Amino acid sequence: MQLAKENLLAFYQTMVTIRTFENKAAELFAAGKLPGFVHLYIGEEAVATGVCANLTAKDYITSTHRGHGHLIAKGGKVDLMMAELYGKATGYCKGKGGSMHIADVDLGILGANGIVGAGQPIAVGAAFACKYQQNGAIAVCFFGDGASNRGTFHEAMNLASIWKLPVVFVCENNMYGISNCQRDHMNICDISDRAAAYGVPGVTVDGNDVVAVFEAAAEGVKRARQGDGPSLIECKTWRWRGHFEGDPATYKNPEEQKTWLQKDPIPRLAQKIIELGHAGEADLANIADAVKAQVAAAVAFAESSPDPVPADVLTDVYAGQ
Amino acid sequence: MKKMTYAEAIRDGIRQEMKRDSAVYLCGEDVGKFGGCFGVTAGLVDEFPGRVLDTPITETAIIGSAVGAAAVGLRPVAEIMFVDFTGVCMDELFNQAVKMRYMFGGKAKVPLVLKTICGGGVAAAAQHSQCMEAWFTHIPGLKTVMPATPADAKGLMAAAIRDDNPVIYIEHKQLLGLGGDVPEGEYLVPLGKADIKRPGTDVTIVAWSWMVHRALAAAEALAKDGISAEVIDPRTLVPLDKDAILASLAKTHKLVIVHEAVRTSGFGGEIAAVAAEEGFDLLDAPIKRVTAPDTPVPFSPVLEKAFLPDEGKIIQAVKELF
Repeated sequence: MQLAKENLLAFYQTMVTIRTFENKAAELFAAGKLPGFVHLYIGEEAVATGVCANLTAKDYITSTHRGHGHLIAKGGKVDLMMAELYGKATGYCKGKGGSMHIADVDLGILGANGIVGAGQPIAVGAAFACKYQQNGAIAVCFFGDGASNRGTFHEAMNLASIWKLPVVFVCENNMYGISNCQRDHMNICDISDRAAAYGVPGVTVDGNDVVAVFEAAAEGVKRARQGDGPSLIECKTWRWRGHFEGDPATYKNPEEQKTWLQKDPIPRLAQKIIELGHAGEADLANIADAVKAQVAAAVAFAESSPDPVPADVLTDVYAGQ
Repeated sequence: MKKMTYAEAIRDGIRQEMKRDSAVYLCGEDVGKFGGCFGVTAGLVDEFPGRVLDTPITETAIIGSAVGAAAVGLRPVAEIMFVDFTGVCMDELFNQAVKMRYMFGGKAKVPLVLKTICGGGVAAAAQHSQCMEAWFTHIPGLKTVMPATPADAKGLMAAAIRDDNPVIYIEHKQLLGLGGDVPEGEYLVPLGKADIKRPGTDVTIVAWSWMVHRALAAAEALAKDGISAEVIDPRTLVPLDKDAILASLAKTHKLVIVHEAVRTSGFGGEIAAVAAEEGFDLLDAPIKRVTAPDTPVPFSPVLEKAFLPDEGKIIQAVKELF
């Protein structure tokens, strides 16, 4: 597939936005400005970007505890996200969710999730609703290598398969479930092998190559939209940081880490864009500068926003309250 | 009014809402062709093609998918065959369904009904006989409904389906064949409104689900001994109609709470706390609880009879207050 200049530049912009947002979050966390836990997506940007580029605002995604990248790629607003990380009243969840629970249902973002694997059956339900309402929309479920060991994975894959639901399961294999590396938590190399157990097509792609991810996702999305049912895409990638900010990740092999850092998806895409003559280094730097300004504005918005008031603890428990 | 069994009334409530709103669908293990393990949903699969779905044995995906479908606009009635099986889908219920709205800052609603059945008395032993309602009442964001009569079964089912929140609707095995008058046509019983099942002046007995009937039998016997018992059925534990209980206590000044669930941390403790905190001056005697003991439900009918609260145990508890 030959992608247009506009597609590649849009990928670049999204990936740089995720990276810049995450680097800023790391800096703010280290400075003690963000409460709670923060799990960063640095190094995995190509997965969310390549997948979500196939979706419209009417399609649904379920995300994970490491969800900032998915949200940005699906159109989430960085100022509302940043305000939520600060726990401010102007945040996506009015300060009630935090990093692990950001959602924008109007954009089809059914939430980051603090329970590993929980998004899988939820995505199946959203896909069921798309099919039931015959609205042409689909659902994408993001989850990690660790979550593919949960019972939710088995039940979600099986139900989606027998009901032929329009859902794409995207496994971001970043090789680690907290400290436990993939070779220690499963006895197979390719998680896509598991698709066969459900009569579903499974494919493994280089998760640090945004074009490869885009193309594999395009195939899965096409199947889903045509009514051919679910598919499983495994994107092999690498979690650059610890599980959470503050985790020194001493369990990682430094050599492996070094190798993976050299496969950084962003310079790889930049090189491709430049080689194809779609843009020069200065053009890409301009994109990065604009993103930097956008993220700085998001921080300023968050910092100048009001805290929730204590009485807010009691609201939003029940609809119609 | 029409004579109906409790099971037929539940079905009528579901039917009423499925006719009214195409967003309502029913799913669960054996709810379609088989008509439900207890026949409650019999025939609905033919009445509503494509809207009554047999699932595999997959409780996690039944409730998890219902959460996703509800969050994007449908109104699932998702059945878990026995309340004892909810342990298998507890995360989907207590971390996903009920927390979505709050965690998302009020920007989502999850109108799902988890339909299930509880209770003993059929020698189904420890994994098919429990009353787990206290678990569910301890989860903010969830409503807990436990009908005791056919009319309430219909009206509460309809109200549960129309509610924009997750609701657990718990039937009782002993009541499925119970007959009664049920309003025909559209009928709703609001969630959070108790019903005085028998008026009285000397003692308030609060009971729900099957125990309403045992409390009524006890009240009948007590009347012969000159004790007038008022039987209050909260019908929904969350929201709880505290006012109805306190109003009754203002009249009777004595409180006995009956539940089939085991004693420790049972919902009777919560009602006792409400009475103590908000009705202390109304009480003339200690609060009594009649409950199952703190054991698993036994199999042998002899043992199960000893386990279950019954008319005699209720009468004895009441008489200790006089």
